[in-house]
Amino acid sequence: MTEVFDVVVAGAGIVGAACALECAQRDLRTAVVEQGSVGGGTTAAGMGHIVVMDDSPAQMALTRYSQQLWRALADRLPGDVEFDPCGTIWVAADEEEMDEVRRKHAAYTAAGVPAEILDAEALAEAEPHLRRSLTGGLLVPEDAVLYPPGAAAWLMREAARAGARLYSPRTVVAAGKGTVRLDDGTALQAGHFVNAAGAEAARLTPGLPIRKRKGHLVVTDRYPGFVRHQLVELGYLKSAHSVTADSVAFNVQPRRTGQIILGSSRQFDADDSAVDHCILAAMIERARVYMPEIGDLQGIRIWTGFRAATPDKLPLIGPWPDDETVWLAAGHEGLGITTSLGTAKLLADALTGSKSAISIDPYRPQRFTGAVAHA
Amino acid sequence: MNARFDVLVVGAGPAGIAAAVRASESGTRVGLVDDNPTPGGQIWRRGAPQPASARGWLTRLEASGVQRLQGWRVFDAPQPGLLVAERSGAGDSECAELHFEKLVLATGARERFLPFPGWTLPNVMGAGGLDALVRGGLPITGKRVLVAGTGPLLLAVAAELVERGADVAGLCEQADLRQLIPLGLELFRHPGKLLQGVRLRRASRKAQVLTGCWPVEAKGRNKLEAVVVQREARRWEIACDYLACGFHLVPNLELPMLLGCRIENGFVGIDDAQQTSVADIYCAGEPTGIGGVESALLEGEIAGLGAAGRQREARRLSRKRPAMQRFVRALERSCALNPELRKLPHEDTFVCRCEDVPLRALREHHSWREAKLLTRCGMGPCQGRICGAATTFLFGWEPDSVRPPLLPARIASLRACGAAVELAQHNKETR
Amino acid sequence: MPETISLNIDGEELRVEPGTTVAAAVLLAGSRTRTSVTGEPRAPLCGMGICYECRVTINSIPHQKSCQILCEPGMDVRTA
Repeated sequence: MTEVFDVVVAGAGIVGAACALECAQRDLRTAVVEQGSVGGGTTAAGMGHIVVMDDSPAQMALTRYSQQLWRALADRLPGDVEFDPCGTIWVAADEEEMDEVRRKHAAYTAAGVPAEILDAEALAEAEPHLRRSLTGGLLVPEDAVLYPPGAAAWLMREAARAGARLYSPRTVVAAGKGTVRLDDGTALQAGHFVNAAGAEAARLTPGLPIRKRKGHLVVTDRYPGFVRHQLVELGYLKSAHSVTADSVAFNVQPRRTGQIILGSSRQFDADDSAVDHCILAAMIERARVYMPEIGDLQGIRIWTGFRAATPDKLPLIGPWPDDETVWLAAGHEGLGITTSLGTAKLLADALTGSKSAISIDPYRPQRFTGAVAHA
Repeated sequence: MNARFDVLVVGAGPAGIAAAVRASESGTRVGLVDDNPTPGGQIWRRGAPQPASARGWLTRLEASGVQRLQGWRVFDAPQPGLLVAERSGAGDSECAELHFEKLVLATGARERFLPFPGWTLPNVMGAGGLDALVRGGLPITGKRVLVAGTGPLLLAVAAELVERGADVAGLCEQADLRQLIPLGLELFRHPGKLLQGVRLRRASRKAQVLTGCWPVEAKGRNKLEAVVVQREARRWEIACDYLACGFHLVPNLELPMLLGCRIENGFVGIDDAQQTSVADIYCAGEPTGIGGVESALLEGEIAGLGAAGRQREARRLSRKRPAMQRFVRALERSCALNPELRKLPHEDTFVCRCEDVPLRALREHHSWREAKLLTRCGMGPCQGRICGAATTFLFGWEPDSVRPPLLPARIASLRACGAAVELAQHNKETR
Repeated sequence: MPETISLNIDGEELRVEPGTTVAAAVLLAGSRTRTSVTGEPRAPLCGMGICYECRVTINSIPHQKSCQILCEPGMDVRTA
């Protein structure tokens, strides 16, 4: 007997789980197929930041929208999601970067995102373990961090309560034209197939402009209070911008446990998940430039993960021009946690013909194929 | 610190000492790295009168040209022919690059801990754990100690505690008598071991040995005050100051696994020359099979001779291996755990001590990885060494792959191994 | 007769024999090395540097495994 669904989502990472919840809550018969454990893929490898970024107006719109959605959800999230509204400080190392702080401040303020310029003294007070000779920073108090597998698991549990079915551990072997076939032979009838398979999305939808971008993270033992906010160097944008080179950027984050997560690195064409000692060293060295004492902390684990990167650093949300039953919710690079909720809203709005809070147009997959929109 | 060796030996227990001595006496440049302050590993830990064989080997080690790196923790193998280690000890932290042509892994074993209510109370320790603390200066004279769990280590520890004037309240061995008889028969084949066993039994005559018996609860307010034990249908309480409880040994496989050595049936796979599946890497002692001191010494000698190029002598010694292997297998069978032990932990008993994860949180998960991600079990500094063995027994979960660092290490040290790799690559390019 | 070593455990002076580990010294002085994440008192379990229950702060550096560290004169040891 073939099961019939309105929506079948491939991938129960944070994006897939969020999409499943949104669809199920709108009374769409929803199924999710997950090959491992919920939130166990790239979601588990991520830092877990919820951050507004203004690389482009479209990125600002989606991250701001999503950040607000997370804040609205905060009170309902259980303890194991570790939601912490600690805020972000974008750190400036020189006057040139302070100019960028001022520009960002204006841009965020214009977009309605609360932000505060910190001078060197204020920065040192906010984060005593940063190097004293930094010039200042931009505090974005409404940013937050959470524990991604916990969040994905919660979203999936809520989706199940709203009627979504989880097929796990199962792999999608073929999807399109209304049918989704699983590795155990099960065939699901799907009004719409949502590819939320992240770094693996191109396997399910050939021709997707998604490349894997490897990252490294280190987590420390417990040092409560060592870092209070998410800290990002302004050069992070240069690192995320680059479409070819290997790069590192200073990015540390506190966890509710008092542990500190240290990142970040980006590499294309690095397909294996083994720790790359050279780039790890570069990443740590970069962190020590900003936070000299971080070298003294005990690192208890190192891991790697693969972001799903698109050519223009914006995710793919919307119908796939080659097959109107196939929709995408993938390619979120380093903003999957942040924009999972916004992605889910946009997707579900488009599927049900509802009006969206922000425009879905900048994220439409058709922008890469040049085809005309179907929906 | 940057050092080069013909043969690098990891672990200064009996196997490592034997390997290092044999390799060094063969004329090769040998390094011996170990994370404890003094050599001897666990069984030959300083602080107790040493058996003659230990004294003999330690003397030979002193006299040899082996470069001893005591108090160094190996935490990564960033590229072939290189291990990186960090110095233990308060304050000063250095990183060492240890380059080698041949490697002998003698990383030993650790105790298996099974959770039961109250097992996290202060003064509940492993059997080897209490022994280590006592040898490290913990006074035990006049203190009441219950020894429990499984394996020959219990008898050895009980005997030593008695010799030090402890009041050993009893020894609870979970194996039943039937299980132990084949081991007894095997002991007759090894007169040396039998004598050791009899000597131990004599020394621990003061302690009542009960088979088919195990602890079900440790009681006390802020530290241990009493232990409830069970034997068949009967339960009773024993007041005591310390509980020395361990369920035999599990091999330390992390470094072999990181290096890519094949693991067979839970131990490092080796051939008759103690070679692993990775070229130039040997393994000796407990990681190849739990067999105690004699087996470790034999394997260490074979590995050390082999690594030093003395294949003929290594082959001669390896003729003794089959007899040892029989003992190893008999020992393994005798320590098989009673399935009833799976029922020991209650729903709120912590299984992961680093992160305080109770049994109840683990039940709904299907794999070690899933449990780690969603309950934090195994995400603490012990990296799952304590709770991993327990969950393998409780749920049959297999551990996942090993990543560096093998032990928590300073972030500055993690960076340093990157420098080692960069430098090595640079050297390759400029050659 | 070897000289005893004087060190401080949580502000109190303790004298131990040379060759004593910090873990043994802490147990001599009191009954716990650390407090678990849910507030339980903890003390050494494995004695060999694997369980991380014996962690203390030595000379202001946290997370030191006391069972593998020998007492040195003047050490300042803090339990948690």
